[in-house]
Amino acid sequence: MNELIEILNDLHPEVDFTTAKDLVTGGILDSFDIVSLISEINEEFDVTIGAAELTPENFASAETIYALIQSKLDDED
Amino acid sequence: MLFTSYEFLGFLLVVFIVYYLLPGRAQWPFLLLASYAFYFIADPRYLIFIAITTASTYYAAKQISDKKLSFEAWFKEHKKEYEKEERKALKAKEHATEKRIFLVCLLFNLGILAVTKYTNFTIANINNIIGTFGNKGQISFVDLIIPMGISFYTFQSMGYLIDVYNGKFEAQKNLFKFALFVSFFPQLVQGPISRYGDLSQTLYEEHRFNWKTVSFGLERILWGFFKKLVIADRILVPVKAIIADTDTYTGLYAFAGAMFYALELYADFTGGIDITIGVAETMGIKVTENFMRPYFSKNIKEYWNRWHITMGTWFTDYIFYPISASQFMMKLSKKSRARLGNNLGKRVPVYLSSFIVWFTTGIWHGASWNFIVWGLGNFVVIMISQELEPFYRWFHSKVKVEGTFGWKLFRVIRTVLIMSSLRMFDCYRDVPLTFKMFGSIFTQSHLSQLNADAFIGMGITASDYLVVFIGMLILIAVSLSGRSGSVREKIACKPAAVRFLCWYGLLMATIIFGAYGIGYSASQFIYNQF
Amino acid sequence: MRKILSIVLILALSISGLYLATKLLEPKYMSGILEGAMIEEYYDDPTDHNVVFIGDCELYENISPVYLWENFGINSYIRGSAQQLIWQSYYLAEETIKLEHPDVIVFNVLSMKYNEPQNEAYNRMSIDGMRWSKSKIDNINASMTEDENFIEYVFPLLRYHSRWSDLNSDDVEYLFHRDKVAFNGYYMRVDVKEAADVPEGRPLSDYTFGDNAYDYLNRLTKLCKDNDVELILVKAPTLYPYWYDEWDKQITDFAAENNLTYINFLNYQDEIGLDWTKDTYDGGLHLNLAGAEKLSQYFGKILSEDFKVPDRRGEAGLEAYWSDVTERYNAEIKRQTDNLEKYGSVHEPEEE
Repeated sequence: MNELIEILNDLHPEVDFTTAKDLVTGGILDSFDIVSLISEINEEFDVTIGAAELTPENFASAETIYALIQSKLDDED
Repeated sequence: MLFTSYEFLGFLLVVFIVYYLLPGRAQWPFLLLASYAFYFIADPRYLIFIAITTASTYYAAKQISDKKLSFEAWFKEHKKEYEKEERKALKAKEHATEKRIFLVCLLFNLGILAVTKYTNFTIANINNIIGTFGNKGQISFVDLIIPMGISFYTFQSMGYLIDVYNGKFEAQKNLFKFALFVSFFPQLVQGPISRYGDLSQTLYEEHRFNWKTVSFGLERILWGFFKKLVIADRILVPVKAIIADTDTYTGLYAFAGAMFYALELYADFTGGIDITIGVAETMGIKVTENFMRPYFSKNIKEYWNRWHITMGTWFTDYIFYPISASQFMMKLSKKSRARLGNNLGKRVPVYLSSFIVWFTTGIWHGASWNFIVWGLGNFVVIMISQELEPFYRWFHSKVKVEGTFGWKLFRVIRTVLIMSSLRMFDCYRDVPLTFKMFGSIFTQSHLSQLNADAFIGMGITASDYLVVFIGMLILIAVSLSGRSGSVREKIACKPAAVRFLCWYGLLMATIIFGAYGIGYSASQFIYNQF
Repeated sequence: MRKILSIVLILALSISGLYLATKLLEPKYMSGILEGAMIEEYYDDPTDHNVVFIGDCELYENISPVYLWENFGINSYIRGSAQQLIWQSYYLAEETIKLEHPDVIVFNVLSMKYNEPQNEAYNRMSIDGMRWSKSKIDNINASMTEDENFIEYVFPLLRYHSRWSDLNSDDVEYLFHRDKVAFNGYYMRVDVKEAADVPEGRPLSDYTFGDNAYDYLNRLTKLCKDNDVELILVKAPTLYPYWYDEWDKQITDFAAENNLTYINFLNYQDEIGLDWTKDTYDGGLHLNLAGAEKLSQYFGKILSEDFKVPDRRGEAGLEAYWSDVTERYNAEIKRQTDNLEKYGSVHEPEEE
């Protein structure tokens, strides 16, 4: 979780990602951010997130993103 | 059938009355009938195209969906019989079959779109290339019909196909229900590009007559007509005059043309969408919003999240994301980071995907180099503003203007100016001419061009300009008010007399000041001596 | 109850607003182009005319019903309008026969040369003034040019809305009423512009009148026969638009076949006593007052002698009516003559 928060802070230092709940609908993360984010996640956690999973719900908060990564990691085994 | 025609209003009236007279179960089938009638009136040949796209997409999606379901059921039961590697292989095999169906259908439908829309453009370009090697063997153009709304309904169908393929929802089992989703007549002409997940929520439901929904819908339609008839169609006259005579109208005139066009396009396009959404609303159907006060955007990227929203999200979800999340891009990302460093390297894949998106957006708008250059122009502007981000951060740390009214106003003006400049590609005949006219704004502008006679010479009178100006003030006022919630809701809370004055005033203003009919095209005629 | 009341109130307000806007914006034709007001005037007058003239400017500028009354006691009316096409004449005739039963209908045949709808503005001037009836509906459908819509006749506001920028004091003054502009359909001009060098008609590739025009001429003939109305075909003696011999022959043949009277006044210019240096106000297109009265004298004689149109002078009601018209007629002659002396034109100079 901490690594993820760090990545997010890198993108938007001005946002407190531990509390923000509407990253996409609130206009904090745009499509460019999301794409940078998944390539960072790909680096950091070695999971591939497909285009179909790039939904506003999956990227609503740090928690939901983390849950997405977790489910991917579980899938791997 | 244009939205602004008596035929359309008559058609609407009939559809509306029959719709509410029918029992609820018959409502959506009737809408399908009405949609096909709408298409039939435009040109019977169009029906073949939309029927083929509908049938092929319906069938492919259903195949994929059925396969998914039966595989999942089977897999659940037999999972334990297989080792992990075997399971993976089974899944991959299943996925490959689905992918085959998906790709065939996708390419088939995009192929229809490409052939109808881009054949002649391709031929023209081949001819140009041949032309540079001497003038032999020119290919002649083919006479193809371009079905009304093909770009919209093809995209809408393909969005549905991709969603089913990705397992977002199950395929629609009823062919006719799906056919209605593809052909729903209010959005055939100019969108929005609805998502099946959104539109299907209300499209097939039974709708009882509800005064509030109906009156809100009618209000929305009226507002759309006001924008189109009073503002757009009136200011279109000088726009046409300016772009038709590029020898006379250079410099400030070209600038004025770009600004007029910004207003024209906004009023026309959002007005049309208001009519579409309003028509659907009168029948209890919710169509996704397509605009959110775009000219108030702080930058071009935001503008594209607020202008023609359904197109933007379509390109994002179905082109930008798949490309940038692809294996290839992930590898490219790794490589470019290794080569160019983390900071610059991670932007390479984003920009590459973005380039492709804007190229396709451009060509989707129309088969010409103007639109391609226009699309890429957007790409360049967005890239520059992205790259300037650190500079802006530095600037704001030094100069405390952020949040002030002046700064906000500056951003709005900047957005309008940039978008208007880019849209000049939409106006002028070809790309070099557009550059020339854009350049003339800087080299051939003289204050002497700002005289009333010249502008009145563009085909509308001083009082017409006054109407446009007042109309624009109303647009701005409504937009400003819309920031804090639905304007119609706000009016609905007012006393009856105020409500009546608002809507009746708008109706009268539209009827009287609308630039429609013979009276407009030849308003002076009746006073000609004979 | 309150709800019903408010709905009624809203409807009433809405409709009266639209009605007012329509009244305000529709053209008044009270100055400049008076021809647009003529069709509507008919309905105000007593309707037991013995002779009704139906047709274009070759009737309404060339025949004076006042003169016919004063000299022959003929009670007549001209249902004329600018460039009245033959189907418009037909439907006006149909309506006229329903409203009253004239002994004679006179139709001027120049409009046979038009086979299709011509011009929106003239359509409007011919049709807008008509009262609603089946004849009017049929008339609209027969007359509309390609870019016209029926609904714009039903709701003239849709047609005239763009006049908002041309509104003037006339539009307020004549919001709910009109002045009379014609004298039982006659449009008066007293000035003179002699006819010199009237050109010969240019040769046409085809002189045959169109099927549609013939169809309506046949229908007009049948309508009159069925209703026992004498139909007289005339061609006004004016020099232009040019009346071809080939056309004349077709009408002569038609009249003979259908047992109708056809009078081509062009052949009787000397008998009428027309002097083209004095009797026209626009170089031979239309007659002025002097010319119109000469033609009326000639034609009036034919009507009362050959067609036995009764002399109704002495009928109290008619006398009163006609004395009003005659008074206006003489006042208009005086006004135009004075203006002509003062300004050199029958019109007052435009106010600055």
